[in-house]
Formats: sequence, C-alpha cells, structure tokens
Amino acid sequence: MAAGVAAWLPFARAAAIGWMPVANCPMPLAPADKNKRQDELIVLNVSGRRFQTWRTTLERYPDTLLGSTEKEFFFNEDTKEYFFDRDPEVFRCVLNFYRTGKLHYPRYECISAYDDELAFYGILPEIIGDCCYEEYKDRKRENAERLMDDNDSENNQESMPSLSFRQTMWRAFENPHTSTLALVFYYVTGFFIAVSVITNVVETVPCGTVPGSKELPCGERYSVAFFCLDTACVMIFTVEYLLRLFAAPSRYRFIRSVMSIIDVVAIMPYYIGLVMTNNEDVSGAFVTLRVFRVFRIFKFSRHSQGLRILGYTLKSCASELGFLLFSLTMAIIIFATVMFYAEKGSSASKFTSIPASFWYTIVTMTTLGYGDMVPKTIAGKIFGSICSLSGVLVIALPVPVIVSNFSRIYHQNQRADKRRAQKKARLARIRVAKTGSSNAYLHSKRNGLLNEALELMGTPEEEHMGKTASLIESQHHHLLHCLEKTTGLSYLVDDPLLSVRTSTIKNHEFIDEQMFEQNCMESSMQNYPSTRSPSLSSHPGLTTTCCSRRSKKTTHLPNSNLPATRLRSMQELSTIHIQGSEQPSLTTSRSSLNLKADDGLRPNCKTSQITTAIISIPTPPALTPEGESRPPPASPGPNTNIPSIASNVVKVSAL
Amino acid sequence: MTMVCYRPEGLEQLEAQTNFTKRELQVLYRGFKNECPSGAVNEETFKQIYAQFFPHGDASMYAHYLFHAFDTTQTGSVKFEDFVTALSILLRGTVHEKLRWTFNLYDINKDGYINKEEMMDIVKAIYDMMGKYTYPVLKEDTPRQHVDVFFQKMDKNKDGIVTLDEFLESCQEDDNIMRSLQLFQNVM
Repeated sequence: MAAGVAAWLPFARAAAIGWMPVANCPMPLAPADKNKRQDELIVLNVSGRRFQTWRTTLERYPDTLLGSTEKEFFFNEDTKEYFFDRDPEVFRCVLNFYRTGKLHYPRYECISAYDDELAFYGILPEIIGDCCYEEYKDRKRENAERLMDDNDSENNQESMPSLSFRQTMWRAFENPHTSTLALVFYYVTGFFIAVSVITNVVETVPCGTVPGSKELPCGERYSVAFFCLDTACVMIFTVEYLLRLFAAPSRYRFIRSVMSIIDVVAIMPYYIGLVMTNNEDVSGAFVTLRVFRVFRIFKFSRHSQGLRILGYTLKSCASELGFLLFSLTMAIIIFATVMFYAEKGSSASKFTSIPASFWYTIVTMTTLGYGDMVPKTIAGKIFGSICSLSGVLVIALPVPVIVSNFSRIYHQNQRADKRRAQKKARLARIRVAKTGSSNAYLHSKRNGLLNEALELMGTPEEEHMGKTASLIESQHHHLLHCLEKTTGLSYLVDDPLLSVRTSTIKNHEFIDEQMFEQNCMESSMQNYPSTRSPSLSSHPGLTTTCCSRRSKKTTHLPNSNLPATRLRSMQELSTIHIQGSEQPSLTTSRSSLNLKADDGLRPNCKTSQITTAIISIPTPPALTPEGESRPPPASPGPNTNIPSIASNVVKVSAL
Repeated sequence: MTMVCYRPEGLEQLEAQTNFTKRELQVLYRGFKNECPSGAVNEETFKQIYAQFFPHGDASMYAHYLFHAFDTTQTGSVKFEDFVTALSILLRGTVHEKLRWTFNLYDINKDGYINKEEMMDIVKAIYDMMGKYTYPVLKEDTPRQHVDVFFQKMDKNKDGIVTLDEFLESCQEDDNIMRSLQLFQNVM
C-alpha cells in the first residue's frame, strides 16, 4: 500500500459503513488491534547522524529491515536508540522511502555502494521511482559492462578444455586472437582476399603489345597465370566457407547471414564459369558474372571493425538516405523537364529528351559541371542557374540532418531496446507483487481460519502460523472481505483461467470439474435470493443469506483426507483452492466444504471455490506476511482443518 | 498559480466538536496533510485515494457518492473539518447518527427520500468495486435483485420510496445490520 494511503485506511473502513444496510450477509469480524501502542518516535542513529521518525512510518513496509523486528538487533539499550554503522547519506534516501513511498536514487552516489545499502535494509531496487529509475538502470548497466569487459579479457587467457572441437573452431573463426592457428588462418585469408582483388584489377590493365595484334590486357595475355591464381584463391575461399559452415552453431542462421552470402557470391562466378566455358552463347553473361568477383573485397569486413560499423550505420539510416534520394529524384525530374522544354527551341540542342536532360540536371545539381551539355537559350540559361543554385541547397541541407540522424537513431535504438527490457522486468515485478499480495490476503484468510479451527478444536499446537501480518494489511484484508460479503461475490484470480487450469494432477482436475459443476448449479440457483430473503428476514436472529442455499454443496472432495468439520457458525467459508498446478501435496490441504444441514444449521450462503483476492498493492515484491492471528470469534467461526500448509495453496471463501 | 492552503481550526476546537482525542486527531491530520498538502481534498484526489484500496474494481462511483456525503456544504472540496466530522460520526457516533449518515449517503439528490433509482446507483457502485473477475460472475440483474431485497426490507408502507424513519426503523430491526455497524469501533 502506498505510504500515505495507509493513513487513510481508517477512512476507507469508516466508509464501509455505507455498505452495511445493503449487505445481506453478516460481516466478518474486524482484526483486533492487539499490539496497540501509542505512536512513538524512534531514534535511528546512523553513524552518528540521528534520524527520528514515527514508529508507524517504519511499519508501513514490514518486510524490510526497519519495518520488521529485525531492527531490534540493532537496538542500543544504553542510549535507547537504534544504531546502524552504515552510510548516513544513503540512509536519508532509505528513510524518505518510508515517508513518501518513493525511493529515489541520488546521482552522486556510487551504484554499487547504493546497491549494498539497499540490500542491507532489505529494499528491492525495483521500487525506485520513475523519476530515478532510468538513471539507476543506466549506471547499473555501465557498471556491469565494465565488469564484464574485465572478466572477458581475463577469460580469454584461460583455456577451455570443455569446448568441443566444433566450438573451438567457431571461436577461432570469430575471434582470431584466441590461438596462434586462428591468427595464421586470419592472416592467410586476408592475404588471399587481397591477392584476389589485386588480380581482378590487374587483369584489365593493358600489358604491352604482342607483335601482330593490338594491345591486350594482362588477363588475356597471361591468361593461364591469372587462371591459376584465381583458382587458388577460390579454393581457399571455398575451404574457408565450408569450414565456417561446419563450425557454425546454427547452420541455418549462418547461411542466412550477410557475410556468408557475400562469400557465396564471391566464389560463385568461378564455378559457373567452369561449368559454362563450353557454351559460347552465354559467355557474354559469364563475363558479366565476373563483375561479382569484386564482392570479394567485402570479405575484408570480417577483418575490419570499422567497415562493419559503417555498414550497420548505413543500414540503420536507410530511411533517411531513401528520403534524400527521393527528394533528389523529384528535383531532377522537375528541372530536367523544365530544361528540355526551355531548350526545345534552339537548334542542335543536346537536350534531345527529358531523360537526356537528366544527365545535365544531375551534373549541374551536384556542381560537377562537366560541360558536355550546355543550355544555349536565355530561358535555358536562367533555369540552368536556378538548377545549380538549388542543387547546392538540395544536397547540402539533408546531409547534416542525416548525420545528426545517424547519431540520434543509433542512440535511440539502443535506448528503445533498453526501455523494452526494462518494461519487461517491471511488468514481471508488478506481477510478482500482485501474486505476492494476493497470496498474502489468502494466506491471512487461510491462517485465520486455521487458527480458529485449532482454537476450537483445542489443539495444543501453536496458534500463530507464520508471521503476523502488519495491522494495516490485516485491516485492509478485512475491508475487502467485508466488500465480498456485501456483494455476495468473491474475488477471483487475475487470470480467470488459472483456477480452472487443468493440471497433471488428477485431483486437481476433479476440482475443476467440481467448479464447473458448481458454476452450472449456481447459475440455476441465482434466482433464489429474492424469494428466500423475505422469509429469512422475518426470523429474528437468522442470518439473511444473500445467496441461494446449497444443501447439496456439502461436496466432499473425495481425495480429501480431512474429516468433515462441523460448522457451527452462520457463516460458511469454503476454503482452499489450488492455485497452481504444482504439487500433488496440495490435495491434502483441501478442506472439505461445509456441512450444514445435518447440523441443523441455518441456511448458509452458497459455497464456492474461488481463489485469491488480488490486492495489487505496490509493495516490494518480497511480501512475506503470512497470516494473522484472529481472535476467537464471539460466535463460533467456521472451521477448516488444514493439516499441511502448502505455500502455494490459496483460496478464498465465497459466500 | 496560487496555492490555496486551508488550515483547520485549532486542535481544541476540533476535539470539542468531534469524538476523537487529540492524539487521534493528530494522526488523522498527518495522514490527511500528507496526501493533500493544500489542506483540502477535491473529488479527483478523493477518488484516487479510495481507488487504491480497491485495485481490482472501479471505486470511482462509490467514491463520488461518498465525496458528496462528506462534502456537506457542497463546496466541491472536503476540508479537514468536514473529513473529521464525518469520521467522528462513522466511527464514534451513535447508531442513530450512523444510520442517518448512511441514509444521507444513499439519498443522492438529498431530497429526504430514497427511491429505487438512487438505490440502484448505489448498489451498482458497490458492485463495481468488486471488479470484473469475481465468482460467481456478476449477472445483469444481480444488483436489481439486491435492490429489490433492500426495498422489501426497508419500505414499510410499500410506496416505492424509503423515508428516514422507515430506514431507521428497518435497520434497527435487523440484528445483522446493527452488529455490523459496531464493527469499526476500534478503527482508530
């Protein structure tokens, strides 16, 4: 519960009086204020700095060090104060958390020191308020990365004999510094890539004349040599590709990766050429294919970090680049059209068509100005100058935008991922808090019932099961219970399917069927209240039931080992429902639904098996309050017999 | 933006006017001031505070009716005095006073009579607080039936409206109600 709102609980409970005349069922009893003390100031001495606060302020969060009895360990009898030998600066934030319900993270504080303090005081960092949460997470991540980097560089020196041969190979491929062999392999492949690229280039250089024929490029003059070189390179590349394919942890993913596609494209032309040398018709196409050999240069990106980063940033700014291209195209088309029509009149004009004018426009807008196409008419010259001026603008303007977009998008992507991960974590913790608090409500109910049962049966066992819940919690639960009684409904688990989830335990399935059964029966019995209540209300002292009587519902769970307990109260509380499908032991903890008729009891409200009230109180997730001891009711309360308490068992009674 | 700050009357005066002790008033005021530093709570804040206690349902309608029951002078804001006066009645008042306050709560238009529509609104608001996931699932006519039950009990002369006297009489006849009114005696 939010800190300040706890103080309004008396108001909420008082307002519940407004439900009383409307309710048809009797209300549960209020939790007694057993440890009622007058609110007192307590002094917390943290390394000499004295903080004072009300006791109730600290008790708002009973599962932290200061809110629980753990602080008694730090009580100094002589000075009558609690002494903590910790950092007073951080304590200030911790104490403010109790006061305001919000935990802040001071920026000047070291992240690990802060974490240590929070751990000491039993506060989970997840509850840091929104204002400081991002900063906290950022710093934490930085710290973690720093530590991880250190660890990595350490780890690299170690040998890992546990890796398989395949994994060692993959590691060698990815990180050439792991072993000497990997380094050798790295340099060899690099060398051959360079050789291949240079070969492709030199192939086309004219090599001097052979007497009797025109100048030949080197490739054709020394074709055998070049062919051998090419073969050697392609062999190396093929072997490398196959080895990588073998070593890859996920072959399918490897095949789809960019680098492997480049590899394939780089070596394909050679093989296709081998296959196709016989057929003269397609040799033209074959020659075109050789162009793809230039892609071998991209294989260098494995060797160069910078290339990879460049590729990534280009990819991430694709939309910006696309926009630039689009706007340029628009401008080119406009100006080309204008120039064409302007120059149409002049004779011997080079502007023969609009596409022909494209070339002029591009050359002019990029301020190249080759001069192969020049406007001759006056209108043409005017538009030509406008074209070159606007060219400067069109190109110069988007470029800084793109550059800044680069950095913005890059960082934004990182932050979006970060936020997504944080959101997941936050939702998870909220869910945990919810189930925790719902467990708390049900535990308290169950334990409360158990205590009454034990008391009534006079067992010498310990009365108080689990830790006592804070008074505020128990009062809140009582309030919710009253609401349930008023309306005749009960809270269900968040996930309506949860209570009817089929499980592997057949007993549990039995419960599910039962629930369905009950559901059906209830729906048929819904019309009871209006007919029954007048008669009931005429009986003095009888409880008016808000719901139909269900004498049949003395449903004994066949697998229950528990003796049927006698119900001596007007109230009928069915309990226990298995929340999860976890443990078979849960079956033993089911209580039987109540018997009424044979006890000559007055009509009871219908029973049902329901689970969990959800109280999404934003408390720290580690909710531990289990139950509270309920005072022996004035009128005998409902009995349930629960020999074993499985922590997952949650249930709610319904009336 | 001006910050209007309401300060309550002195502690002694409040102590005289209500049934709370000084300490209790102090605790109440500290909580009140914490949540509403300006000294007066408006309907929005009221609804938010009340909704925190019923996270799975919609407590806004009931909080709305509550607010108007607390805000006796219909000014649109509840000051600490109004708050404490109402709490005093609810927690420390006589049965008669409590029932009268509840009648006032149900009487939405404050005309001195409760008719079926008003009761329907109140009951619907209470059911709304339970939320969607309940067992059994809330049916369409459950509130209506509930209201019918209520009227059958309360409306003595069957004229379709419940007056204050009928209400007081019927409630005093019902042991359950009497018992539950005493439930929150020790809340402070």
